[in-house]
Amino acid sequence: MRVALFLTCVNDTLYPDTGRAVVKLLERLGVDVDFPSGQTCCGQAHYNTGYRHGAEPLARHFAEVFAGYDAIVTPSGSCGAMVRELYPRMGARARAEGRGESLTRALAPVVPKTYELTEFLVDVLGVTDVGAYYPHKVTYHPTCHGLRSLGLGERPTRLLAQVRGLELVELPGAEECCGFGGTFSVKNPDVSAAMGLDKVRAAESTGAGVLCAADNSCLMHIGGTMTRLRSGMRPVHIAEILASTEEEQLT
Amino acid sequence: MTHTFVGMPAFPKAAHDAVRDTTLRGNLRHATHTIRAKRAKAVAELEDWERLREAGKQIKDHTLRHLDRYLVQLEESVTRAGGTVHWAADADEANRIVAGLVRATGEREVVKVKSMATQEIGLNEALAEEGITAYETDLAELIVQLGDDRPSHILVPAIHRNRGEIRDIFARTMSEWGRPAPDDLTDTPAELAEAARLHLREKFLRAKVGISGANFMVAETGTLVVVESEGNGRMCLTLPETLISVVGIEKLVPTWRDLEVFLQTLPRSSTAERMNPYTSMWTGTRDGLTGEGDGPRNFHLVLLDNGRTDTLADEVGRQALRCIRCSACLNVCPVYERAGGHAYGSVYPGPIGAILSPQLRGTASEIDASLPYASSLCGACYEVCPVAIDIPEVLVHLRERVVQGGPVTRRGAKVTLQPAKGHAAERAAMRAAAFAFTHPGALAAGQRLAARTRRFHPRRLPGPGRAWSDSRAVPKVPAEPFRDWWRRTRGETGGDR
Repeated sequence: MRVALFLTCVNDTLYPDTGRAVVKLLERLGVDVDFPSGQTCCGQAHYNTGYRHGAEPLARHFAEVFAGYDAIVTPSGSCGAMVRELYPRMGARARAEGRGESLTRALAPVVPKTYELTEFLVDVLGVTDVGAYYPHKVTYHPTCHGLRSLGLGERPTRLLAQVRGLELVELPGAEECCGFGGTFSVKNPDVSAAMGLDKVRAAESTGAGVLCAADNSCLMHIGGTMTRLRSGMRPVHIAEILASTEEEQLT
Repeated sequence: MTHTFVGMPAFPKAAHDAVRDTTLRGNLRHATHTIRAKRAKAVAELEDWERLREAGKQIKDHTLRHLDRYLVQLEESVTRAGGTVHWAADADEANRIVAGLVRATGEREVVKVKSMATQEIGLNEALAEEGITAYETDLAELIVQLGDDRPSHILVPAIHRNRGEIRDIFARTMSEWGRPAPDDLTDTPAELAEAARLHLREKFLRAKVGISGANFMVAETGTLVVVESEGNGRMCLTLPETLISVVGIEKLVPTWRDLEVFLQTLPRSSTAERMNPYTSMWTGTRDGLTGEGDGPRNFHLVLLDNGRTDTLADEVGRQALRCIRCSACLNVCPVYERAGGHAYGSVYPGPIGAILSPQLRGTASEIDASLPYASSLCGACYEVCPVAIDIPEVLVHLRERVVQGGPVTRRGAKVTLQPAKGHAAERAAMRAAAFAFTHPGALAAGQRLAARTRRFHPRRLPGPGRAWSDSRAVPKVPAEPFRDWWRRTRGETGGDR
């Protein structure tokens, strides 16, 4: 099986550790993973800010870059949802605008092959115990697009529950949005910050030292809030926890 | 009188103040979290909830697709039952019709059932200009009216008030409107309810004209339905000689059987009750079909368009017309919870307001152009919506309308909107990003530049970046982007272009 890592532009630029963790994790599980270096951005920020037409060339580019793979794995719930949920919608809108089937046809092949990381682990590889070791108290925040668009459900927490040394504690109000929301975070900074503050306070109330999520965009917002609040907690992407082993511990 | 929303600032500015109002935040947090949990429980009781939701969606979509036919059928049914149907293209016309009907009775006072449609058109203010006083009889609407306030929630218009505030409003202003509050009024719910009950009873027994909206209109029989909790609606619908109902044209369902779905989903979604305490249904006048029975002698139905036909013309946006005004989306919305209802600048606050107002009113004003952005697109609203309105989808669609313009329907005519002003810098940035994202070489060069200059990156961003860094640390750029690490350690691999 030819598996491509779709790292996302945010992770590539700001969170390369998450990328290295995904590679390490997948290779440990026997997956031959490739990073097609033509990859850029799925177009989510364009689409969600109202620039759907501007997102179309990005989506076409994505489809070309990832065309030859059997599976496309991404450590981001929202970018995964962009491909799976919104690429078909973009095609339908183009058709409604009298532009025919061209966009739909171009994007259709990558849509069903795109998996969020925890989906790929649980559904495709069929594992929940990935042999990880992470001796910390962790609380998990299910990010909105992973939760509601992709329906990740209990996959992430099932994976975390099998991590040796890890104590998983429930996050109060877990399903409430953290307030990131892409450009929402700067277009409505007051409400976004208030939501972020409440999320951090809820996380702190668990007594955990680590807030885990499957999307670094949300963690950038939550973590940035933690820094400003001088919170003792730190944000960690789920891939980095799952990649951590007794021999090679995450620092 | 209820204030109108003309000249509201954009949502972020209005929310800026609300977020800092700790009393408001406390009131809203308590109220929305309580109802949120109750609703989840009430919905979980029904095994066929998802099927009811799908049925509700399909009934509404079918009705909207054939609205022209069903509206004519409704008019025939209402007329046959002794009522009179009036058609109002916009708020002004609806207000003129209602004022004319009230004047014709010779009355100067009317009692009102809680109604979103009459708030949408500013009926109370329009009647006041004609020297007619409208008394709100729903408890929360009464609180808003007595407090010279604006509603902030569809179902619980005074949700932003706590018991102490309500007590003070009653004690201060009830005497100006009728029977005063007792001198020793406290803030216990029973005493507050009793004070309102005595104050309102006087109005019910005196009123000759009642004004209502409706939750549903049944085309096959001409029956109107009001669903409520307090019983004030029942009083207004049955006691006065003349009843005037102002109803949006999208409130139609074809048959009685269709009510079966909504009378299950509406109460569970709105008040978290299995069944609401009062469901009033009336068909025409008491002298209509049988010459006996309860209800008004004169019944007028004012069918309100006010932007609905234009909304119906938009294939993505039209799903907003499925709305049955349950408020579940408000109660679950994290943005509403923190910004409060007033920030939305409309009688329709929350997620549904953010997609209804810019469609019914257009996106020309500052507030209406900002509403599509008043959401983090978390999707909680869509999840709870009992008629499956994909609110995030419509929000994004309306963002597109704001930044890009394009074809819309206004007052029945196709027009092309120009892109909104104030988005020029964003548009340029999006174009630049799109270039980099279709040219991986340009993207990689940018990433490398950011990595090399990382020691000089400020901890607080200038200009628009302050919106981020005022409350959140700026992420540190790593020494090397992932793609460079991959190339360095693994060499060049497929897919590069």
